[in-house]
Amino acid sequence: MTPKKFEYIEANTVEDAVSLLVKYKDEAKLLAGGQSLLSLMKLRLAAPQYLIDLNKIDGLSGIKEHPDGGLSIGAMTRHYMIENSDLIQSRYPILCESTSKIGDPHIRNRGTIGGALCHADPSADSPPVVKALEAEFKLQGPNGTRIVKAQDFFEDMFTTTMSSDEIMIEIIIPKLAPRTGQSYIKFSRREGDFAIVAVAIVITLDEQRICTKARIDLSGVDSKPITATKTEEFLIGKELSDAVIDEAASTVPGQVKPGGDVHGSAEYRSAMSEVFTKKALIQAIANVGSLN
Amino acid sequence: MTKLVKLKVNGAPYEGEAEDRTLLVHFIREQLGLTGTHIGCDTGNCGACTILYEGRSVKSCMMLAVQCEGAELSTVEGLATDGKLHPLQEAFWEKHALQCGYCTPGMLMAGIALLKDNPSPTEQEIRLWLHGNLCRCTGYISIIDAIKLASEKMKASPN
Ligand SMILES: Cc1cc2nc3c(=O)[nH]c(=O)nc-3n(C[C@H](O)[C@H](O)[C@H](O)COP(=O)(O)OP(=O)(O)OC[C@H]3O[C@@H](n4cnc5c(N)ncnc54)[C@H](O)[C@@H]3O)c2cc1C
Ligand code: FES
Ligand code: FES
Repeated sequence: MTPKKFEYIEANTVEDAVSLLVKYKDEAKLLAGGQSLLSLMKLRLAAPQYLIDLNKIDGLSGIKEHPDGGLSIGAMTRHYMIENSDLIQSRYPILCESTSKIGDPHIRNRGTIGGALCHADPSADSPPVVKALEAEFKLQGPNGTRIVKAQDFFEDMFTTTMSSDEIMIEIIIPKLAPRTGQSYIKFSRREGDFAIVAVAIVITLDEQRICTKARIDLSGVDSKPITATKTEEFLIGKELSDAVIDEAASTVPGQVKPGGDVHGSAEYRSAMSEVFTKKALIQAIANVGSLN
Repeated sequence: MTKLVKLKVNGAPYEGEAEDRTLLVHFIREQLGLTGTHIGCDTGNCGACTILYEGRSVKSCMMLAVQCEGAELSTVEGLATDGKLHPLQEAFWEKHALQCGYCTPGMLMAGIALLKDNPSPTEQEIRLWLHGNLCRCTGYISIIDAIKLASEKMKASPN
């Protein structure tokens, strides 16, 4: 399979790439790792006339520590760099865990975090995790940069709030409160498949082990990565007994609208969203305090 | 319209013509004449096209040839030197890690990439590393055994 004809342009700077996007509008597409876009182009589901390669731009890749304890990750940082980063592991282990579940090692050697987020596959691994970590994305367009919350970024299947002349340049993850626990569980039939359901949880408890904050985000069970807002609200102010965890998980299927496919029917995905939220809650609570 | 792409493969200079849309795997096979790298699925799933790009394993059906201007690639042709098989190739032979051989170039390059980063992988690490490389013949056990054996051979006589 070969993509439809296009013109390949190597951008040297972000400004370069933005001005090409402004010039060619919807006829252009950005190429990051190519691990999703080239597949779409081979299938002719995407047929841009201009392909703007971001791979030669300096400074779009790398992991930076913020003085306040947060982290910035360049959009072109490849999956293998994230999964093997001791710095990320020490603060946001669920980002290493979820990234290590993407495709296979060769795909992860090319694929980038920015590409994975901008592609906005509703079953992908990275979106629920950055949402649960309350990350923000720095986008650059013709009028400069702006920040968008991960929470507001994903609009629908393969659709985000980014406009066609913007480039994601950075993922910013804030410092987490003390006594916070994280978990990520991906359920798929085979290693490297897209998730039937995946759950990312970030939960904070007070000294009395009462839940003060909960972030629960799921992949694979709707047309976009979704937040189980009702479940989060249910948990706040409660002591997390087995009965509370069971009841919290039981509220999840009512908040998801999965489609069915050969890997799992809609009913099955819905049922699994409860099962895996429960497992992930138990794990996140067990992880409270493990980092500080 | 085509472009001239100059690059290094297995340490030697090569050049060939590529359209912007030419996939790297097609370029390696048809322009450079290095047909050891196979095409199985063309979709990034099977791993038959696995090579090293700048020292890291990639699926060459998931990159464009024009992205390789000035790059260094390693393909299966570079493993044997002076007619002598690489220890990983020897181990594949000794452990019967191939039947039809279709997946073998990709398996070998995946194995090389693994052993480079992790000279003593556990069985679990080998299994996880290989899940992007499909084999329809061997049932994988002999491939895993061969990579374990190669790891021992390479530690015994590092070069
Ligand atoms: C065999 C296989 C298995 C896979 N399995 C999984 C899996 O299990 N889980 C999973 O989550 N993913 C999986 N993937 C998908 C894949 O790994 C990621 O989606 C991919 O890495 C996307 O990143 P990329 O850098 O390759 O993006 P590309 O393919 O280059 O781009 C994807 C899209 O994002 C846009 N884009 C890229 N970067 C930017 C930017 N900086 N700013 C604005 N727009 C941008 C592109 O224009 C394009 O529309 C799999 C892929 C394959 C081929
Ligand atoms: S041909 Fe490239 S992964 Fe199958
Ligand atoms: S030996 Fe036949 S596909 Fe692996």
